[in-house]
Amino acid sequence: MSRFGERQAAITGIGQSQVGRRLNRDPLALTLDACLEAISDAGLRREDIDGLSTYPGAFSAGAPGFSGAGVTEVQDALRLELDWYSGGLEQPGQLGSIINACAAISAGLARHVLCFRTVWESTAQGGGGRRGIGSGGGGGFRASGALQWTLPFGAASAAVWIAMMAQRHFHEYGTTREQLAWIALSGRRHAALNPRAVYREPLSLEDYLAARTISTPFCLYDCDVPVDGSTAFVVSRADAARDAPHPPLGFEAVGCAIRGRPSWDQWDDLTTMALRDASAMLWSRTDLRPGDVDVAELYDGFSFIALCWLEALGFCGKGEGGPFVAGGERIGLRGEIPLNTHGGQLSAGRLHGYGFLHEACLQLRGAGGDRQVPGDPKVAVAAAGGGPLAGCVLLRRD
Amino acid sequence: MSAAAKPSFRLLPAVTPENEHFWRGGAAGELRFLHCAACDFYVHPPAPRCPRCLSPELGVRAVSGRARLHTFTVNHQPWIPGFDPPYVVAIVELVEQPSLRLTTNLVGCPPEAARIGMPLRVRFESVADGIFLPLFEPEPGAAG
Repeated sequence: MSRFGERQAAITGIGQSQVGRRLNRDPLALTLDACLEAISDAGLRREDIDGLSTYPGAFSAGAPGFSGAGVTEVQDALRLELDWYSGGLEQPGQLGSIINACAAISAGLARHVLCFRTVWESTAQGGGGRRGIGSGGGGGFRASGALQWTLPFGAASAAVWIAMMAQRHFHEYGTTREQLAWIALSGRRHAALNPRAVYREPLSLEDYLAARTISTPFCLYDCDVPVDGSTAFVVSRADAARDAPHPPLGFEAVGCAIRGRPSWDQWDDLTTMALRDASAMLWSRTDLRPGDVDVAELYDGFSFIALCWLEALGFCGKGEGGPFVAGGERIGLRGEIPLNTHGGQLSAGRLHGYGFLHEACLQLRGAGGDRQVPGDPKVAVAAAGGGPLAGCVLLRRD
Repeated sequence: MSAAAKPSFRLLPAVTPENEHFWRGGAAGELRFLHCAACDFYVHPPAPRCPRCLSPELGVRAVSGRARLHTFTVNHQPWIPGFDPPYVVAIVELVEQPSLRLTTNLVGCPPEAARIGMPLRVRFESVADGIFLPLFEPEPGAAG
């Protein structure tokens, strides 16, 4: 048996609710839609589920729609009988909840873990546009913890924090907006082939450069689009996955390391973020190399984060992300490393990490429809998180 | 709008015994940090022990207030009602120690004049409850 416990786990079921802008649906209802689809997709019944894992857990403070449902709500709604469960924000990014499921399976704590992530930010934020963290607190609000060091200066959004990392990358490596644009433009090309994507109309470089500025160097199209939706997976013990209707997608390796300071502004090298450490850990746990990966689904909450994941995972050299993505050919469906084949969060909607893993599974099943990567892909990487949060998984279909 | 315009509203920090030296040091015109005498290391954010040598003997020490612009962004999005864009959010590195950084605002120069690496000096903005926010402006006379 491998000393890497994730090899004992595989994804057997996937599910996704309706996804869209301002659905005005109960987020728990969306969650159950996704969960039931994933259980059914795995050929299981709810009685078979003995583990439950989510990110960020039930959570409401200052972030409308960021959490759609917690562990206890889902357990109760489905009357699950659990041997193990886990939900919370202090994880290596959104996919930390998937890695936890692998760990639980490897430890013998569960056999079939249902994992879910729900957002309803589009409905919760209503028509008022995006606001900063803490801005709803009124005059009596006082920032404490890490936020006290940023909010007084109007740095009230990850858009601002990540924009400063991008600016540093531009400074050190000569990266340009015309290059960065291709994360968004390529994603939009793919979204046009994805009937579930939120934004599907063509987007040109001229459109991108003319869009309003959010926080330099980011324009509107560098920022993902809030949606409502839920995504779920069943992560199963490999020996219990053999009877699943779909080929199990095994975890070849996971990455969840953080070695720098857990901070958005104190991180040693702002051009790498924690992506560097999670990626290094992932490659330390497998003989596969970046050249073996057939498709990459990399978090693009902001375009720059996907560019950083490409560098961190070694699809191009450090600092070379700009030239690598420019023109979009290398990251297209027939390119060296097809990237964000569903459109990413920039065009398909901010399902907050789980959307990337869902798309990776579809591609490995050959179920990508018009956007299917040719050549029968067998290895996919999904990565989520930015700043000091980062987790990634390498999936393999045997 | 001038980049130096004062916002009509700022979210404020909760002042505690642990962070008071930092948020109120500006009353004396000083930018103050915890400092470990044992290994000569500034500690920020405040912590009970030096994260480098683990000594619990930390004192408060003022730095020169001189810094370099490590990175920045010109923010155009209205995140906080009363804090009107555009404004420059910056991460500055104090000259005393490479790892000693603050998120702050660059003031006293137009946003388009911001250059990574430019020398800066602290300038305090008095807000409320004795809190002085350390902002940074270009060092006079220094080549930008």
